[in-house]
Amino acid sequence: MAEALKVPTMAEYMAEGKKPEVLFWVGCAGSFDDRAKKITKAFVKLLHEAGVDFAVLGTEESCTGDPAKRAGNEFLFQMQAATNIEVLNGYEIEKVVTACPHCFNTIKNEYPALGGNYEVMHHTQFLKTLLNEGKLKVEGGKFKGKRITFHDPCYLGRANGEYEAPRDLLRKLEVELVEMRKCKSNGLCCGAGGGQMFKEPEPGNKDVNIERTEQAMEVKPEVIAAGCPFCNTMMTDGVKGTNKEDSVAVMDVAELIANAHDL
Amino acid sequence: MQIIAQVLFLIALVAGIGFFVRNIRRVLRNIKLGREVDRTDNKGERFAKMARIAFGQSKMVKRPVSGLLHVIVYVGFVIINIEVLEIIIDGLFGTHRILSFMGGFYDFLIASFEILALLVLIGVIVFWIRRNILNIYRFLSRELKGWPKNDANYILYFEMVLMVLFLVMNATDYQLQLNGAPHYASEAGIVGSFPISQFLLPIFDGMSNATLIIIERAAWWLHILGILFFLNYLYYSKHLHILLAFPNVYFSKLQPQGEMDNLQSVTDEVKLMMDPDADPFAAPAEEEEGADPAKFGASDVFDLNQVQLLNSYTCTECGRCTAECPANQTGKKLSPRKIMMDTRDRLEEVGDIINTKGKYEDNGKQLLDDFILREELWACTTCNACVEACPVGIDPLSIILDMRRYLVMEESAAPNELAIAMTNIENNGAPWPYNQQDRLNWAKEN
Ligand code: SF4
Ligand code: SF4
Repeated sequence: MAEALKVPTMAEYMAEGKKPEVLFWVGCAGSFDDRAKKITKAFVKLLHEAGVDFAVLGTEESCTGDPAKRAGNEFLFQMQAATNIEVLNGYEIEKVVTACPHCFNTIKNEYPALGGNYEVMHHTQFLKTLLNEGKLKVEGGKFKGKRITFHDPCYLGRANGEYEAPRDLLRKLEVELVEMRKCKSNGLCCGAGGGQMFKEPEPGNKDVNIERTEQAMEVKPEVIAAGCPFCNTMMTDGVKGTNKEDSVAVMDVAELIANAHDL
Repeated sequence: MQIIAQVLFLIALVAGIGFFVRNIRRVLRNIKLGREVDRTDNKGERFAKMARIAFGQSKMVKRPVSGLLHVIVYVGFVIINIEVLEIIIDGLFGTHRILSFMGGFYDFLIASFEILALLVLIGVIVFWIRRNILNIYRFLSRELKGWPKNDANYILYFEMVLMVLFLVMNATDYQLQLNGAPHYASEAGIVGSFPISQFLLPIFDGMSNATLIIIERAAWWLHILGILFFLNYLYYSKHLHILLAFPNVYFSKLQPQGEMDNLQSVTDEVKLMMDPDADPFAAPAEEEEGADPAKFGASDVFDLNQVQLLNSYTCTECGRCTAECPANQTGKKLSPRKIMMDTRDRLEEVGDIINTKGKYEDNGKQLLDDFILREELWACTTCNACVEACPVGIDPLSIILDMRRYLVMEESAAPNELAIAMTNIENNGAPWPYNQQDRLNWAKEN
C-alpha cells in the first residue's frame, strides 16, 4: 500500500459546506511521534473500513494542554484549552474521538467548564460501537490464539473507569487474553503521565516503565496491547530493556485490529 | 460511699466529654484555615458513597486479611459501645445492669458482646503481630518511624486492655451473682449470659465477695475511664479516622478521578487575555481594594482547601496509597501517605501556634520545603492509584498538583526539561519542537 491515506480536514469539509459525523482528534504524539503515527494511520484505516464520515483538524489542532496542566502550569493549560475550544466550537463539533487517553480525559472532563461541550470517546470505545453497529468486523485473523495482555492506561482506566472496551475488542480478535497481576483499577502506571514523559525521572531504584514491563513479562505474552501512545512508547522501551523485542511486540488495540485485517 | 462514687463518675464523664468537645473544636478551627470549597451538591450520591465506603468499608476488603480483621474490630468496637450506655446509666444512678429488664434479649446482647470482645482481642493481636513481627512492607517506610509507629501500637495495647477489662468485669459480676451478693444478685436470677467470661471463673475461685467486688469495681472503673481517655486520645492520633472517615468520604470528589479542577482565578485572567476588546492596561476590576493578589497553587496549608485539610486529619496512615504508588514502588522519594501526614503535621504546628498565641504568627516554616520536598512532588505521574487505593476517600494527588502549581506559576521552578516542553507547547502547540504546520505530515507519509 504505497498510496497516501485519505485524511479529510475540517477546513475542507467546511469549504464544501458539510459537517463530518465525528472529529478525529489526533493529538501531539499521534501527529509527531514516529511510533504513534503508526497508531494514527491504523485507526484511520479502520475508520475508512467502517465507512465513518470523519475529519481531522490538521494544522488547526494544538496540544490539549494535558502535560502542562498536570505539571502545574494551569495558565498554559487554559490558554491551550481556550484556543482549542474556539476552533472546535467554530466548526460546531459535536463528537470527538481520539486515540490518546490524555486528550480524551482533558477534552471530556476539563473542557466543559471552559465552554467546550462535546461527546468524547476513546478510540477503543468508538471501535466497539462500530462493532456493535455492524459497521466494523473484528474477528480472529493472524492474532487468533495469541497470548496477549492489556496494559490499562491510567487516564482511560482509573481516571475514567473504562476497562472493558479495549478488552472486548481483544476478545473479538479471539486472542488468549491474560491479565497481569496488577490490572484494571489496580493497574500500574507506565511512568509517562503527569508530565513525566518530558523529563528525567527522579532518582530511585528503577524506572517505572521497567517495573511495569516486568509485570507484563510475568504472564509471558506474545503481544502487550496498549491503548495510549505514551504507554506504547514506555512499554516498547521496557521490552527493549529486557532484550525481548524480537519475541514480544507492543501494539495498540487499533493496530491489532487493523493488522488482523491486513489493512 | 455509693453517692461519692456517683459524683466522681459524673465528674469524670463531664471532664472526658468536655475535653473531647474542645479537641473537636480545634480540629474544626484548623480545617477552616483552608480555602472554602463547595461540596454541597449531589447529596444523595454523597450519602450513598459514604454508606458504601465509610460505613460499608467497601475498599477495605480489597486486601482480604487486613480488611476482614478491620471489619471485625470495627463492628466489635461499635457494638460493644452499646454496653457503654448501660455503664454510664449504672454509674450515674448506682444501679446494677439497668438494661437487664429486657430479659432474654439482654442475655443475648451480653453474650454477643462477649463473643465480639474475644474476636476484637484476637483481631488486635493479629494486627500487632503484622505490624511488629511480620515485616510487611507497608509498615516499614521512613515516615512511620517514631510516633506514628508508637501511636498505632498504643491503640492496639489499649484495645487489648479494654477488652480484657470488659471480660474480667463480667466474670466477677457473674461470680458475685452466683454468690448471691447484695446489689449484684437479682430476683430474676442470673442476668446476662457469659459464654466467654465464664472460663475466667477459676481464676477467682475461693475469693471473698469483698475481694470480688473490689476487682469488679476496679475493672468497671478502668474500663469506662479507659474509654473516656481513648475518646480524648483520638485527637492526637491517626484514630481520628474513626469519626472523620464519614464526613471525609461524604465530601470527597465525585467527578471522574482524571478530572482536575480548572483554577477559576486563571480562567478569569485567560478570558481577559483572550478578549480582543479588553484594555490590557486597565486595573483588574474584580479585585477589591487591599485584597491580597490571588496566589496560584499551594505552598502552605492556608492555600489548600478545607477538604484537603480534612483529608489530612482523616488519614489512617495505612499506606495503601503508598503501596500502589508507582513512584514509591520504584524507590523514588514520593509517598502519598507522607504527603498526607506532612500536611497534618504542618496544620497541627499552625494550630499549636494559634493555641498559644491566639493567632497564627509566622514561624518561618511552610509546608513546601520544610515538610514536603520538591523532589517528592516532581516524582508523581498523576496516575490516581493512591486515590483509588485509599479506603477513606482521600485525594493525595490534589495536594501534589496544587503544590506543583505553586512551583510552576509562582516560582517558575519546573525541572528544566519540563520547562522546555511547556515552552514548546506555548510556541508550537506540541510538547516537542515541531512546527504546528507539520501536524498533518503523517497523512502523506507511508
Ligand atoms: S498519583 Fe502520584 S502520588 Fe498518587 S499513586 Fe500516582 S504517582 Fe503516586
Ligand atoms: S491517604 Fe488513605 S490510603 Fe494513604 S495512608 Fe492515608 S488513609 Fe491510607
